Amino acid sequence: MSDVIRLEYRNVTMRFVEAAGQSLTAVSGVSFAVRDGEVVSLIGPSGCGKSTLLNIGSGLYAPSEGEAFVDGERVEGPNAHVAFMLQKDLLLPWRTVAENVMFGVEIQRIPLPERRKRAQALLENLGLSDFSKHYPHQLSGGMRQRVALARTLAVDPSVLLLDEPFSAVDAQTRMVLQRELAQTLKREGKTALLITHDLLEAVTLSDRVLVMSRRPGRIIDELRIDLPARDNPIARRHHARVNEYVSRLMDRLGIGPTEPAAGAVA
Amino acid sequence: MTGASNTAMIRRGTAMSLALLVIFLAAWEWGPRCLGIPSFIIPPLSMVYTEFLRMLAVNALMFHTGITTAEVIAGFILGSLLGAFFGYMLGMSPTAEFALSPYILALQIAPKVAFAPLFILWMGFTVYPKILVAILIVFFPVMVNVLTAVRTVDPDLINLARAFKATRAQIFWKIEFPASMPPLFAGLRIGSTLAVVGVVVGELVGGNMGLGYLLAFGEGQANTPMVFVTILMLTVVGGIAYLAVILIEQRVLHYMPKRALSGF
Repeated sequence: MSDVIRLEYRNVTMRFVEAAGQSLTAVSGVSFAVRDGEVVSLIGPSGCGKSTLLNIGSGLYAPSEGEAFVDGERVEGPNAHVAFMLQKDLLLPWRTVAENVMFGVEIQRIPLPERRKRAQALLENLGLSDFSKHYPHQLSGGMRQRVALARTLAVDPSVLLLDEPFSAVDAQTRMVLQRELAQTLKREGKTALLITHDLLEAVTLSDRVLVMSRRPGRIIDELRIDLPARDNPIARRHHARVNEYVSRLMDRLGIGPTEPAAGAVA
Repeated sequence: MTGASNTAMIRRGTAMSLALLVIFLAAWEWGPRCLGIPSFIIPPLSMVYTEFLRMLAVNALMFHTGITTAEVIAGFILGSLLGAFFGYMLGMSPTAEFALSPYILALQIAPKVAFAPLFILWMGFTVYPKILVAILIVFFPVMVNVLTAVRTVDPDLINLARAFKATRAQIFWKIEFPASMPPLFAGLRIGSTLAVVGVVVGELVGGNMGLGYLLAFGEGQANTPMVFVTILMLTVVGGIAYLAVILIEQRVLHYMPKRALSGF
């Protein structure tokens, strides 16, 4: 991990105009930076604007105030430095696995031999080689999500924006996919911003966890995860300090055994 | 369902279908006689077959069938192309759809076959008014299906493409167009059968060619077997058109799970 900053939000505020002409502030004055090779998780209550931040980072939304930077360049719109992956795999049913992986690089008009080479390498790394000619409907949910990850990596982005990528798959598959993601991020030295509701996922996959408040979302806490083996979240689960981190996050989110479910968050 | 039991189901279903056909044909041949129904109301199968052979020789049945088929094909293809074109255009331009939707709705509610006399007034006793009715009647199901398909593409898919810096043309050709294929073919299936309706109504209203003309001719002569033969020929023409659409659909939508593509 170097000190180069890959992704940065500077005082970002996002307001949406609602039907009644009133504006709704989704996020307010958010500033943070993600360094090269770092994996940062963003947690917070539903509707606190986590996904809005991700859309701003990928250039799909322009912030109302403040700015986002990727690789030191101000984000003015969609750009080749970032790629995102959602809970939905968004695979195109009329394309084979290999063609789906090549979707992004095809749009970026990268020459076909290079596209094929990248797709083949990624499919091999993710254990999908035997399925390259299959169609999405022939795959399980976990495999489809793996294809989506390969498609995201194929464009070779500096920063991966991951929005609850594994929340739709079953618990066992999720652990396997988390490990694969962690290994891939480590191997490729990628920088990632991960949005999740799963506190354990946040702790086991990240170098740092940022906690957001209820709407309008602000960063209310930052937790550095000092655990070894970021590329092996399953091993990390057994670490003694994991519970301590999770408890702290629960505390910051206002989820406690004695408090009401809708406990207030600072 | 496993492959084996599926095959068994198909075999049993086919056997039942064939048995039903035999029962139906037998009932047609001997039923009217047993019930004392005169042959000018329901002519038995053998009489219809004899009339079929007579019409082949005397009434140029194949010529009229050919005319009707050509009109159906022309009307279907042109109507589908126009429907698809407008469907994509309106699908991509919410403003245009908003502005045009009351007129489209009015045209859609108006019974298209009612335009047949008007078109014949305009174009005379030629094949063109028949093709025009078919175009009009095929246009709507195709357009509406394509429009809905383009409009209901998952916005996250569009955002995914946009995040990869896709141009508007790339979004259309790589997402919207292929995503519209299943609904387009559903529209084409409906259109293929409606095209026959449009053409026949046009032929019934005026002209001296086509199966619709033979229908009116048979009616005028109180020749019930002739009407039966013509109805059967129209069903064959419509059936072939429908089958052709399904064959193309199976090639285009080869990526779909097999079950979702059951032919009929």
